[in-house]
Amino acid sequence: MDKTLNWRETFITAVVKTCGYSAVVFVVLIFFFLLRQGLPALFEVKLGDLLTTRWYPIENHFGILPLLTGSLVVTVGAMLIAIPFGIGTAVFLAEIAPRWMREILKPLVELLGGIPSVVLGFLGILLLLPFLRVFLDLPTGLTALAGALLLGAIAIPTTVSIAEDSLDAVPQSYREGALALGATKWQTIWRVTLPAARSGVLTALMLGVGRTIGETMAVMMVTGNAPVMAIKSTSILSPVRTMTATIAAEMGEVANGSTHYHVLFFIGLVLFLISLAVNITASSVIFKSRKRAERVLS
Amino acid sequence: MKAVRLILLVLLVILTACGGSSGQTSSIARTSAYIQNKGSDTIVNLALAWAEQYQAEHPDISISVTGGGSGTGIAALINKTVDIANASRAMAADEITQAKANGVTPVEFVIARDAIAVVVNPQNPVRRLTLQQISDIYSGKINNWTGVGGDDRPIVRLSRETNSGTHVYFLQTVIRLGDPNNTTLFSTDTLLLPSSEGIINEVRQNPNAIGYDGLGYIPSDLMNSVVAVARNTDGPYVVPSITTVNNNSYPVARDLYMYTSGQPTGAIKDYLNWILSPEAQTIVANLGFVPIK
Amino acid sequence: MKRRFGVDRFFVQRTGIAIITLVAVLTVVPIIGVFGYIIAKGVPAISWEFLTAIPRDGMRAGGILPAIVGTFYLTLGTAVLSVPLGIAAAIYLAEYAKENWVTRLIRIAIINLAGIPSVVYGLFGLGLFVLFLKFGTSILSASLTLSIMTLPVIISAAEEALRAVPQSFRTVSISLGGTRWQTIRKIVLPQALPGIMTGVILGLERAAGETAPILFTGAAFFLPRLPSSPLDATMALPYHLFVISTQVPEMPIQIQYGTALVLIVFVLGMNLIATFIRSRARAKRQW
Repeated sequence: MDKTLNWRETFITAVVKTCGYSAVVFVVLIFFFLLRQGLPALFEVKLGDLLTTRWYPIENHFGILPLLTGSLVVTVGAMLIAIPFGIGTAVFLAEIAPRWMREILKPLVELLGGIPSVVLGFLGILLLLPFLRVFLDLPTGLTALAGALLLGAIAIPTTVSIAEDSLDAVPQSYREGALALGATKWQTIWRVTLPAARSGVLTALMLGVGRTIGETMAVMMVTGNAPVMAIKSTSILSPVRTMTATIAAEMGEVANGSTHYHVLFFIGLVLFLISLAVNITASSVIFKSRKRAERVLS
Repeated sequence: MKAVRLILLVLLVILTACGGSSGQTSSIARTSAYIQNKGSDTIVNLALAWAEQYQAEHPDISISVTGGGSGTGIAALINKTVDIANASRAMAADEITQAKANGVTPVEFVIARDAIAVVVNPQNPVRRLTLQQISDIYSGKINNWTGVGGDDRPIVRLSRETNSGTHVYFLQTVIRLGDPNNTTLFSTDTLLLPSSEGIINEVRQNPNAIGYDGLGYIPSDLMNSVVAVARNTDGPYVVPSITTVNNNSYPVARDLYMYTSGQPTGAIKDYLNWILSPEAQTIVANLGFVPIK
Repeated sequence: MKRRFGVDRFFVQRTGIAIITLVAVLTVVPIIGVFGYIIAKGVPAISWEFLTAIPRDGMRAGGILPAIVGTFYLTLGTAVLSVPLGIAAAIYLAEYAKENWVTRLIRIAIINLAGIPSVVYGLFGLGLFVLFLKFGTSILSASLTLSIMTLPVIISAAEEALRAVPQSFRTVSISLGGTRWQTIRKIVLPQALPGIMTGVILGLERAAGETAPILFTGAAFFLPRLPSSPLDATMALPYHLFVISTQVPEMPIQIQYGTALVLIVFVLGMNLIATFIRSRARAKRQW
């Protein structure tokens, strides 16, 4: 009986271990796949040509700069909305609102995070676009701003949820200490609680950024998809084309193995690397903060 | 926990039963073919109407219809993942080469004709344009409606995506005026919308907009703001319709195609024959396209 | 009263709190507005026929049953593929792994999987499952793609749930002679199950609502019959909403809102179930 038990135990341990490693396997698999299908783009289209400003793949113009700027403008715009509203709401829920309100509002905000982006895109087309065009007197509502507003809406729930959890996790003694020293509640929030929750809040923001860069459907439906170089200060009010929308719109069209196919995978590779960078930065921030906290508490 | 698991199990059983019962009828009759049809968004609604009608008459055949653009359909044909590719433009030379390299010999069928209508917002007074004017608008040379005799408003250009046969056809025939050596491109700020309906929506709401699409996609409320097009400044300004396409007076008309891999056989052959028949061509006219004569 | 730059700090507090409250209101009110709007506009479209019939007349009439069933099948397929793997991986991380560089690598990998844009998953799925492995545009390809996407959510939630079980439970079990696996299977896992289920449901909720990963791996514009095998393509609610709101001319707006409503109910229903399980478990917790 002991022997069979031992054998079973070893077998199960091996299975579980393999499953544990699976995450790494998948990431590596995806990375290599993107690499294998995307690197040929660097040979078929010289790097210099990839870094031009004309994206018109059916005539072999593969300049990806407009797509990069498009994604950048929409992401920055979305974060400019998500940061104040996300952190503000998190602070409100954690520090200012009474308990009963928090119990109702927090799930409500999380509910927003569950809305599929295609639904937000749908509402965006019907409501947001005409509103923007009329209210801001623009030639068209199909703009980076529309995309930024929708993406901000998508990033806010993630930001609120995690930031609020971090603020909530700050020990009550910190607040009591500050108040005992004569600080107002407001001063406590901004000079004690929030800095103490800094790593969690930063994580929340980085995850929000990650979600924003990667968003596809909503932007494809409301940004107009025009491959313009979005570098002027007024670019937020003009149509743009993001990297994600480009892949989604053009992927079906390409013949397996064509140059266009490789370039789209290359763009996918760029997106993958950007999200990798964002995530590694985020996790190293938490790691450092945790270590610092452990040092402080020991 | 047991309760939750029980509920989920019950739900599963119910839904399988639903799926199963409708699967029953199809599995009994499911002796024949499953045709996969993919490609042009211009043709997709026509293909859908045909599929519905044909399946009503032949319950043993299943036809799935998907859009994605002509480029998508042709790519799928080359990749051997589809039976019939819908295209609103002819296959390009390099696509044919690629197909043959992959062991696919494309066979072309003209299944309908289509006029490309240029449409503006109902508030826009401009109703006549020459091909050259349209080309200049879309290539960025004219940026304000005053340039073509309209109000002082910026022009917002709407187009289909690059994977659309309609886009490619418009580029070749209108922007480049049919000249194969012309390399003019769409202006970079042209809005590339992922579908016909997106264009219609924007044109309907936005007084600054100009868009183009297959005649079948122009809804009744925009039919009056379709622009009459002339080949040149002295030529007659013609509004697109079945008549003007068939007598070639409307300058922006094209054939619509279906491609198969090799000569079609069996169920696919029957379906294509039916598409070319008068019954199917009536559906073509009903949807706003031009039946083949 | 301390004055800073001549401004009374309590005045600053009152203004600050007012602004923050305003911010929160501006965040919450549109959320309620969005839900209310979709419900108000979508409910008139809901009928028994809408939920159980196949679309007619170029999808402008009839129902959306194939899309509902398709989303259900995709969610099921994703669950079948990602739940066992995810829970096993979480068990490894929580119960077996030592804190070394390999484990840290795994955690980084999980965070990265979570961050990969959904359209990149679609790209990967197209290249690997549809083309390379020749599964074609099918429920199988789409489920495989969605399950890799869902994996990090399940692993994170499951690991946290397992870690939350107090160490004392394990110690007692081992002191009574149980092996590690017996401890996990009979003691730890059942205790962690509510937390795991919450994570699973939240992960599946996201899979059900995503469009980009299924665009080229499994979604079809129109299917005449319900899919009968995993190798069939399928209609799905998110893709269907995208299609009817952008591709089909003269689509009655009511059907669009109705579809949006059904999708939201499907997705958020799962959310509510997860929240319900979470709060019930918290109440019933034995520690």
